[in-house]
Amino acid sequence: MTTSYVATAGEDTSTPSGKPPTSDRSRAEARLGQKLVAPAIILMLLVTAFPMLRAIYLSTFNYSLTAPDDREFIGLNNYITALTDPLFWQTTGITVLYMVVTVAVELVIGFGFAMVMHRIIFARGVIRTSILIPYGIITVVSGFAWQFAFSYQNGFVNDWLPFIDSTFNWFGETTPAVIAIMVSEIWKTTPFMSLLLLAGLAQVSEDMIEAAKVDGATWWQRLWKVILPNMRAAIMVAVLFRALDAYRIFDNIFVMTAGAQKTESISFLTYRQTIEQFQLGIGSALSVLLFISVVLIAFLIVKLFRVDLAQARQEG
Amino acid sequence: MRKLGTVLGCALILVWCLLPVAWIISLSFKSQSAITNGSPGFLPAEGANAGWQNYIDVWNNEQFRRAIINSIGISLIATLLSVMIATLAAYAIARLEFKGKKLVLTMALVIAMFPVVSLVGPLFDMWRAFGLYDTWPGLIIPYMSFTLPLAIWTLSAFFREIPWEMEQAAQVDGATSWQAFRRVIVPLAAPGVFTAAILTFFFAWNDFVFGISLTSTEAARPIPASLSFFVGTDPFNRPASLLAAGAVVATIPIVLIVLIFQRKIVAGLTSGAVKG
Repeated sequence: MTTSYVATAGEDTSTPSGKPPTSDRSRAEARLGQKLVAPAIILMLLVTAFPMLRAIYLSTFNYSLTAPDDREFIGLNNYITALTDPLFWQTTGITVLYMVVTVAVELVIGFGFAMVMHRIIFARGVIRTSILIPYGIITVVSGFAWQFAFSYQNGFVNDWLPFIDSTFNWFGETTPAVIAIMVSEIWKTTPFMSLLLLAGLAQVSEDMIEAAKVDGATWWQRLWKVILPNMRAAIMVAVLFRALDAYRIFDNIFVMTAGAQKTESISFLTYRQTIEQFQLGIGSALSVLLFISVVLIAFLIVKLFRVDLAQARQEG
Repeated sequence: MRKLGTVLGCALILVWCLLPVAWIISLSFKSQSAITNGSPGFLPAEGANAGWQNYIDVWNNEQFRRAIINSIGISLIATLLSVMIATLAAYAIARLEFKGKKLVLTMALVIAMFPVVSLVGPLFDMWRAFGLYDTWPGLIIPYMSFTLPLAIWTLSAFFREIPWEMEQAAQVDGATSWQAFRRVIVPLAAPGVFTAAILTFFFAWNDFVFGISLTSTEAARPIPASLSFFVGTDPFNRPASLLAAGAVVATIPIVLIVLIFQRKIVAGLTSGAVKG
């Protein structure tokens, strides 16, 4: 690092950023900056953009690894096949259901946890450490833990729930199996949600809450009129992150039902077509459709909350 | 009244977080026969205990031992590489003015939301052609797709908080640029880099989709994939207690990290996502 470069950074704090670089120094700074980010950009493009382009290319072929010589260009036919297949819509429907239910439940429970954690003074470390345990545990392990818990052969759930028969098979039908998968997902990711909300909660000014209290607002009014509106950015980031994550749901389903009883998600269908059945053509078309739906969901959530992401993160 | 609510809330959080963990630990100490006889119950029961036998069996399982070594090696290398590359980028983002700064952050954000399964098909095809299928690099490279964005976000949020003026102050006091950087900035940046490394390691250790799709033998199969394919001697009866012991073993490194670095992880998680 050279002295001239440090001096430039010093000047920079006084001039508003974003102006086109004019001096030699700022040009040198721009070059250095671009050099430093280049490895990251190149790698990110190599591991995501390139395979994605390859997926788009492969999706236009009838291409099966079991008969690689029969590969032929079929245009958009893979997409037509996927979009006209009821299985595609059924897995998409169940994926949306997983996403909506888990994120909604996590938002409520996570907010409750965040309120408790925000208030406690004693045992703060203990609570924060334990809340990280579900976050840290491998999804596959949490899937196993809950699968065994719900299993009527080795589990305890049937014994503990008084209204459930002890021989009830949770994995024998769609609805209970979906519930079991959701429980595992919610257990694992609620702590993450609550930590994000806790950070948002810490940003709400105590003065405003006090002022509302002096003006005679009830606890409920303070929550809805002061706390929640001021946390909008944090809530949106949490919902966006979790929703996109939940839409990719795969690990829990793989471990708990292996897709049986119509619990299969869109990610699972894509995996099954490409890796298990070697249908790279149709599998790639599904990959592209999955990607498009994730982009759509992200767009919808950002629109819904009307928050500028960059601003929420104080990017400026 | 309010205090009671908080205490109850704390109890609820603790039960929430620890119940399944306690359950899987309890299961891992049960004998296989007690489980096949049905409903062994939540707590350890008289006559159903296997002692450390399940753990010994897991340890003596070659497949399982390989998977642990693979996971440790692959996750550590992926973490090291992505934190190194992300540190350069994050430093530039926090400190320098240049075109394309926003682009890097936006790109990282988009990639962080990318459905991993979408990459699996083309990578499967490409890796087989390049000879990367079922190798360590064959997993390390795809892991970059989710560890890099995470590391870039966490680090750039962290670096922005560093008072860079201190570097100049040190220079005014007679230090050279390099001394100022090494003595002042490096110690300030180190905790952030470390936090990013822990989070990155978490993500890599947790990966499942790449782990099951891009490997076929114990040459590179990581522990989550290995656990899910573990059937034991009787393919029709999954050995629940043995699997539970394996799950506990796979979880121990993570829990140790959590216990030791709790404060850093919370700071890193929240600063990376919501700047607070």
